[in-house]
Amino acid sequence: MKDSCKTRIKSYGPFVLMTILIGCIWEWSVNKEIIPSFILPAPTSILQALIEHREVLFEVHLLATLKEVVIGFVLSVIVGIMLGICMHFSKALEKIIYPFLVISQTIPLIAISPIFIMWFGYSIWSKVAVTFLIAFFPIVISTYDGLKLRGTDYSNLLLTMGANRWDIFKKIQIPMGLPTFLSGLKMAIVYCVVGATIGEWLGASEGLGYFSRRMSGNMEADALFAAVFLLSLLGIILFLIISIIERQILKKRYY
Amino acid sequence: MLTVNELSYSFTDTGVGKSVLDNISIHVQAGEFVSIIGESGSGKSTLFGLISGLLQPEQGEIILNGKLTHQRLGKVGYMPQKDLLLPWRTVLDNIILPIEITKGSLEEKKEGIRKWLIRFGLSDYEKFYPHELSGGMRQRTAFLRTLMTGKNLLLLDEPFGALDSFTKRSMHEWLLGIWEDLNKTVLFITHDLEEAILLSDRIYVLKRFEKSCIEVKIPLSRPRCSEFIYTQEFLKIRKSLERLLR
Ligand SMILES: Nc1ncnc2c1ncn2[C@@H]1O[C@H](COP(=O)(O)OP(=O)(O)O)[C@@H](O)[C@H]1O
Ligand SMILES: [Mg+2]
Repeated sequence: MKDSCKTRIKSYGPFVLMTILIGCIWEWSVNKEIIPSFILPAPTSILQALIEHREVLFEVHLLATLKEVVIGFVLSVIVGIMLGICMHFSKALEKIIYPFLVISQTIPLIAISPIFIMWFGYSIWSKVAVTFLIAFFPIVISTYDGLKLRGTDYSNLLLTMGANRWDIFKKIQIPMGLPTFLSGLKMAIVYCVVGATIGEWLGASEGLGYFSRRMSGNMEADALFAAVFLLSLLGIILFLIISIIERQILKKRYY
Repeated sequence: MLTVNELSYSFTDTGVGKSVLDNISIHVQAGEFVSIIGESGSGKSTLFGLISGLLQPEQGEIILNGKLTHQRLGKVGYMPQKDLLLPWRTVLDNIILPIEITKGSLEEKKEGIRKWLIRFGLSDYEKFYPHELSGGMRQRTAFLRTLMTGKNLLLLDEPFGALDSFTKRSMHEWLLGIWEDLNKTVLFITHDLEEAILLSDRIYVLKRFEKSCIEVKIPLSRPRCSEFIYTQEFLKIRKSLERLLR
């Protein structure tokens, strides 16, 4: 316990120190009016804005964004895994799906969002659609690439034991693909926060993206920064959750 | 048990056929321990690929248990040159892999598994992951996994090839100790002459360029122990084999 405490300090200490240092310089330079506070509000006034708006920020907007992120993430995991597995098992399907995948990622989101708004209105689903569109891509690719690690030697060994294709898929390919897949999952969860925010910018009545856009219109820099701060905090926490799950799954397996 | 008749094989994936095995004939009787010795690249592992059914012969025939068939997968216990223990499975879970594949009942075999874990010196390590084991233990785990296929014919591809000489010596001692109880037929690849003589009833010498296969009988009595290597008889056999290999 003590040991892990020490290693924690060793690995996170420099980052924490650096953050505090930057915060101090930031605070100081705004106070001395080297940087005008409507461009960069001081950390303390951001904190104040956070406390001042805490009810709407946490109970309405953070919750709304979180909901979009979670729904979008779950949908992209389900669809992403299915597409990845389909592409793995069928060369024909892979040839059909792959171009569409690439196209889906090259359409500018800003261009396609009005379409989503036309279809889904200002409901949560227009935001979920943007989130899904960004996040399912890394999941399909990591599922597909993970399963491509064939582990020929392992598979051959199982064949000599009389295994069929399904045995090899279950006992070799899934465990071998898991690390790649989990990396994709970590990427996807971060993309989800980005997607939800963009979706909210383009048309919403709640959510942190919507709130920050409104504050930007009102020139309320400290409230805007408070919302941005919450958004990045949300991304970090979700990322950490997936990382912890990853570590639990892969615990003892790799050297 | 096993008869290989005038077997030839070449790898064709590079365009031009590269002949690896040419007109090889061997036979193994039930209960025998037969070694195949030859320098690396002489096609020993390829021969095992053919017998186990991963590869199909170009010419010649492989007769397993009196039957000539292309469907040899799942009919022999094959221990590959690399131990290929699954790194995400514990020792015990690696060992029961063949039972999972053949959908056998673990409950029924529990007693047998327990007994063999003790005989293999692995009972204290069944919860360990492969990377936590020493080289000797990894090989024993892979060997036990091969045994758990329940097949009578075991193909062991250089099982002790990567071990240091001390560990290897103790593995020989251990294998000779359990051989009578094992009640199996073994075809064993090695490039260690001493190992081959000590363990085998017969040896096939595979030569890389002559592409021939010479049979040598080992008239040492069983049960054996690793001290045998100092006897006059052993040295005589060793000398004549070395002459053959040159
Ligand atoms: N998959 C393969 N494709 C082409 N050549 C191969 C392949 N596997 C082995 N070989 C070649 O076949 C020869 C025999 O290999 P191998 O059976 O592994 O020999 P050994 O086990 O006796 O060292 C070697 O020259 C090797 O380069
Ligand atoms: Mg080999």
